[in-house]
Amino acid sequence: MITIGHYVFVSSVLFVLGVLGIFLNRKNIIIILMAIELILLSVNINLVAFSAFLHDLVGQIFAMFVLTVAAGEAAIGLAILVIYFRGRGTIAVDDVNRMKG
Amino acid sequence: MIQLLAFYLFATLVIVSGLATILARNPVHSVLWLILAFFNAAGLMVLVGAEFIAMLLVIVYVGAVAVLFLFVVMMLDIDFATLRAGFVQNAPLGLLIALALVAELLIGTGAVKSGALVLGVADGHAGNAEGLSNTAAIGALLYTRYIFLFEASGVILLVSMIGAIVLTHRKRGDVRTQNISKQVARRPEDATVNLKPVSGQGVEL
Repeated sequence: MITIGHYVFVSSVLFVLGVLGIFLNRKNIIIILMAIELILLSVNINLVAFSAFLHDLVGQIFAMFVLTVAAGEAAIGLAILVIYFRGRGTIAVDDVNRMKG
Repeated sequence: MIQLLAFYLFATLVIVSGLATILARNPVHSVLWLILAFFNAAGLMVLVGAEFIAMLLVIVYVGAVAVLFLFVVMMLDIDFATLRAGFVQNAPLGLLIALALVAELLIGTGAVKSGALVLGVADGHAGNAEGLSNTAAIGALLYTRYIFLFEASGVILLVSMIGAIVLTHRKRGDVRTQNISKQVARRPEDATVNLKPVSGQGVEL
């Protein structure tokens, strides 16, 4: 019998993998963005699983909003990446200091 | 039984492809592993009866976001070998953070198991209505109670679309483009002459 614990386990493993991916590929911003997508996917799995097991559809509605924000974030992130590459010729982001922040 | 088998298949594949996404040497392979992870996550969601979100995941993530990633990875001429240089140095810190996260999750699980933390209980006002499919129930809820949030998410998508266009648009000086106002302002009397040449003689323009 599949329980909520199974789903929580899968989504937490995926979440940790996403965080690990951000730290392992600190230079490559494309992989960092993909790791963020993995994190959002794990959050979505969690929301949908709880929604199904608690018989409350609000979780699935909220998962849709997370999906919307994830799509917008990917589009803006990749646009910034493209203009950064145009100006610099590289996407190594571990030493980004143009704004001296 | 078959459900349990399918769950373990999807769960294993989603974790393996997530791992391959962050470890793959070639970013194109990373994107393809990410697509596999999305498909299996959609499978996991179908298993609990959330087929609308599952199909949305396939359409939005696989059809739009992953293709966007693939497009950017292939369009930019990036030397990926140098970007992987710090992989080994970064590994200890990353593993440390991952271990800390796992420990926190285990502590949280322990708190739930021991009864110190009570998970939410459905209040029932947004339950799955009887005899309604998942898609119909979501529609009935989304277009009534959550209509303003729905509209707000549409505005978010519009803003991100305009933002992406404004960020990446550039004026190129080396291309010949149509000058529409010049075309429209051109009048026939400026551009043509009406001559009546004598037979046997040429025309000098």
